Amino acid sequence: MFKKYTALFRMRFVNGLQYRLAALAGISTQFFWGFMEILLYRAFYQANAEAFPMEFPALVSYIWLQQAFLTLYMSWFFEGEIFDAIISGNVAYELCRPLNLYAFWFVRSVATRVAKAALRCFPVLIVAFLLPEPFRMRLPVSLPVFLLFLATMVGALLLTVSMTMVIYGLTFFTMTPAGLRMIFLSVADFCAGSLVPLPFLPDRIKAILELLPFASVQNLPFRIYSGDIAGMGILRGVLLQIFWIVAMVMAGVLIFRAAMRRVCVQGG
Amino acid sequence: MITAEHISKSFRVARRNAGMKEAVRALWKRKYETIRAVKDISFTIQDGEMVGYIGPNGAGKSSTIKILSGILTPDSGNCTINGLCPWKDRARHVQHIGVVFGQRSQLWWDVPVIDSFALLRDIYKVEESEYRRNLDELVELLNLSKIIQTPTRQLSLGQRMRCEIAASLLHSPELLFLDEPTIGLDAVSKLAVRSFIRELNSRRGTTVILTTHDMQDVEALASRIMLIGKGQILQDSSLEHFKKQFAGGKQLRIEYHGNAPELPAGLCWKEQEEGHGLLELDPDVLPVSEAIACLSKRTELLDVSVQDPPIEEVIARLYREYRI
Repeated sequence: MFKKYTALFRMRFVNGLQYRLAALAGISTQFFWGFMEILLYRAFYQANAEAFPMEFPALVSYIWLQQAFLTLYMSWFFEGEIFDAIISGNVAYELCRPLNLYAFWFVRSVATRVAKAALRCFPVLIVAFLLPEPFRMRLPVSLPVFLLFLATMVGALLLTVSMTMVIYGLTFFTMTPAGLRMIFLSVADFCAGSLVPLPFLPDRIKAILELLPFASVQNLPFRIYSGDIAGMGILRGVLLQIFWIVAMVMAGVLIFRAAMRRVCVQGG
Repeated sequence: MITAEHISKSFRVARRNAGMKEAVRALWKRKYETIRAVKDISFTIQDGEMVGYIGPNGAGKSSTIKILSGILTPDSGNCTINGLCPWKDRARHVQHIGVVFGQRSQLWWDVPVIDSFALLRDIYKVEESEYRRNLDELVELLNLSKIIQTPTRQLSLGQRMRCEIAASLLHSPELLFLDEPTIGLDAVSKLAVRSFIRELNSRRGTTVILTTHDMQDVEALASRIMLIGKGQILQDSSLEHFKKQFAGGKQLRIEYHGNAPELPAGLCWKEQEEGHGLLELDPDVLPVSEAIACLSKRTELLDVSVQDPPIEEVIARLYREYRI
């Protein structure tokens, strides 16, 4: 039953590994970005450590994790081939396979992201652990915390992909992804804390943003890692994340089902 | 066996006139028009038949194929293919069919063709031994051994189309839909594809439904022709019957020396040039042997050949007759 999906995963994964040059370029950008960000926040921290909402080492870990796993959680990344398939009508081929289209594209998206991240994360992480202070990344607070970090990492990936699946599904109705993509990526990047970590935002905005699905993506695992979210906060975060995954997958599946009923394969 | 009963399908299409003013008006007031792509179509196709499904652009051919392959749900009507309803039992139905859309690609763009094949094997849960056997046979018949390890993006159109056809047959489907399989192919590739399809039909008894605008495809492959126009089936008969009924007559290509001959009743010029030409003959008025005898008396004939009118002309005449 699952063999077809694991076969697809394997194929996309292997396929993703072949873009070495892109990975190399990505890694150097991410190093540069990471350094600049840490230097910037360090200036704020030195100016007034009291007003700083996170421990400085926690922030450093957050930034390096963000750079290492950028491709895993990038909210602006969509599979061009999926949009093409919907817009040009090539989806006809996918529809005459003994497959669930939602599951098929979900697996495919996960595989692409994991393949990209697998190439990029290790160099960034290894160097981040070897750097001198204050740039060095700390080890996780404890083993249980590390395990929770891994679990929420997986959850965050599923959540990111399930959100992109909603956009793919809606493209069946709008017939052009441009508008949806624009709205989604400007909102999502900010709300997920990939521009500025969420603790730095004003309290009232933060209180709302932390309930939104975007906050259950990178915000959760990266802050669990460094102990910035701890105790009951972890439990709340995990439950919220599970809730959003279930909600987004259900929304996606329903949209796909509606799309299949009135699907109109484009282009003859 | 395929039985389709009273199948109808319509689409809603937004329409507007050209121009800025009309485009702005369409922002809030949009005119929709319902296009009835398929109107009350019924037919039966037996196992092992090769059916040519023809009709002008926009007649409803592709819509019918998409309904039969479970991609589209019709507005009304019933259809059973080997006991299953294509759109209700989609997952089980598609396990037994193969589809080739000539204008689309099912191969993964940037991986070698053989990887796409392996993925299809897993998707259709084909046994390894069966996959090996099918692959060897397809590689041999479609002459793929040199190209199967090349990424799809580096194949020529003809090579890719042969791979597309192979990809649709790895799971030994009982029913094969070919939607314009020879579009854009050169003469050699066309011949290769046609002989392969004939071979497949006789070896495995695969039922083939073919849509095409290339009438030579139809002539080479189909034993039965269904003509569709404006969403309705207008003719459904054997190729022979079709030709006899609509061909109308014979054509005589002649070469002569000297003056052009006076034509007897039943013969007329279709093309006339200095020293040679093409004549159209109505065999009911004038038998072929008499026509030749008559011509040779009236001019110095150098060469005569008698032929059926090309199927393109037959079809074009038919389209005109049905005003489609």
